[in-house]
Amino acid sequence: MALLFHIGRYFMLLGEVFSKPERLKVYWRRTLEEMDLLGVKSLGIVALLSLFMGAVIAIQTKTNIDSPLIPAYVVGFTVRQSTILEFSPTIISLILAGKVGSTIAAEIGSMRVREQIDALDIMGVNSAGYLILPKIVACALINPFLIMISMFLSIFGGWMAGTLTGIISSANYIQGVQYDFDAYIVTYSLIKTVVFAVIIASISAYQGYYTTGGTREVGISSTKAVVYSDVVILIANYLLTQLLLL
Amino acid sequence: MIEVRNLCKSFGDVEVLQDINACFAKGKVSQIIGKSGSGKSVLAKCVIGLYAPTSGEVLYDGKSFQSMEKEEVRQLRQEIGMLFQSSALFDSLTVLENVMFPLRMFATMNERQMRERADFCLKRVKIEGADAKYPAEISGGMQKRVGIARAIAMNPKYLFVDEPNSGLDPQTSIVIDNLIQEITDEFNTTTVVITHDMNSVMGIADEIFFISQHRLMWKGTREELLRSDNAELNAFIFAGSLMRQVKQAMKEG
Ligand SMILES: Nc1ncnc2c1ncn2[C@@H]1O[C@H](COP(=O)(O)OP(=O)(O)OP(=O)(O)O)[C@@H](O)[C@H]1O
Ligand SMILES: [Mg+2]
Repeated sequence: MALLFHIGRYFMLLGEVFSKPERLKVYWRRTLEEMDLLGVKSLGIVALLSLFMGAVIAIQTKTNIDSPLIPAYVVGFTVRQSTILEFSPTIISLILAGKVGSTIAAEIGSMRVREQIDALDIMGVNSAGYLILPKIVACALINPFLIMISMFLSIFGGWMAGTLTGIISSANYIQGVQYDFDAYIVTYSLIKTVVFAVIIASISAYQGYYTTGGTREVGISSTKAVVYSDVVILIANYLLTQLLLL
Repeated sequence: MIEVRNLCKSFGDVEVLQDINACFAKGKVSQIIGKSGSGKSVLAKCVIGLYAPTSGEVLYDGKSFQSMEKEEVRQLRQEIGMLFQSSALFDSLTVLENVMFPLRMFATMNERQMRERADFCLKRVKIEGADAKYPAEISGGMQKRVGIARAIAMNPKYLFVDEPNSGLDPQTSIVIDNLIQEITDEFNTTTVVITHDMNSVMGIADEIFFISQHRLMWKGTREELLRSDNAELNAFIFAGSLMRQVKQAMKEG
């Protein structure tokens, strides 16, 4: 029952969020600010994770399939496939749910408990739209860029690890990265990314928006935002994979 | 004019307000007084629709708030200015941006006009040179005043102020009282002030509403207030020594 209540209220909130903005200009400016806060400021962590993840995939692939029957370029191929298909869109989105989701829930939640959302409502502003729409749009616009950067850096990280440790030659690695490439997997991956971005921003905003109580509850909302975003991302990942790849 | 009819409000089993009937007149300052925790803020929030009353209704110029569509409510609210007890300034915006905010959302003004209007409102609450500061960087009393500036930015038809004087020194308090009075006279606003401050009550209240034991215990004018023989009201208003002296002086003629 509680689940149904939350799902119902979540979609009603989204209805509010996507109703006509009062002032497009104000909303757009807020969207740009959010892109900076939620996207650009996540670049560092995404870059770091991606480099190391690619490096680890490369080394593990090499050590696990060290057989003369398997061609050397398989390392590059494996790094590319696992990065583009799952690591960048899904794992990085899960990480972003932790970083961005908790930020969103905490910000909106503390505005709620400090009566700032009431203040918006009382001015006649559509508080849900004003606060949440720019965040959803910002994440949906900027996350694909973050994920593309992540893909590039992860593959680059694999190359660095492979060549620096000498387990694979640069030429073999690049051959693997280019082997049997189907651009559709990038499309698939970016579709997932956008869906995950909307999930992160909207679920976290929902948690923040319906916070009641004080600062302790803001903390709880922020944790819930991350947990629920993660769970929904995993479910959506499964469904999208079935839908887009089968 | 705002009319409150048979308004009751409880939170779960806790009853806060019981059968409140009141009328806040246009162009008048109505003040709500009562002990801390008596439900003044809750009453104000029911009147502006932040809380749904458990029963009863609120009429704005004869139109029931409870029967309004969402869009109508938003339209009406653009004509409401409210100072929250907690000030509720947006802490990601500077003082100036806070006051400009309602203008940005609704007014048909260019950037320069909005700035001028915001500057004007800030001057009226005696805030100068704090434009670029954030709410966290100014004092509680200053936040209150910025809150008032934001509430009056759009020239509201209905003005609600929840404890404008708490945290202010007596001098600034009087400035704020006078401002509320002036705005009410100038724009014929329906003004509702919540306060504990008897100076403010004696200074600007046209009509006084005393909330006690979940009910509207007493209402009347300033003159009636001093002559009232309601024991509870007297206990409340004559708790301060200044008011006792006033009473004494009245007795002695
Ligand atoms: N959201 C809420 N949920 C439950 N109870 C509440 C809520 N808001 C207020 N109350 C209760 O309602 C009563 C009245 O609160 P209110 O804030 O209106 O008091 P007040 O008269 O404004 O007091 P003060 O002068 O201290 O501001 C209090 O007992 C409070 O516990
Ligand atoms: Mg109060």
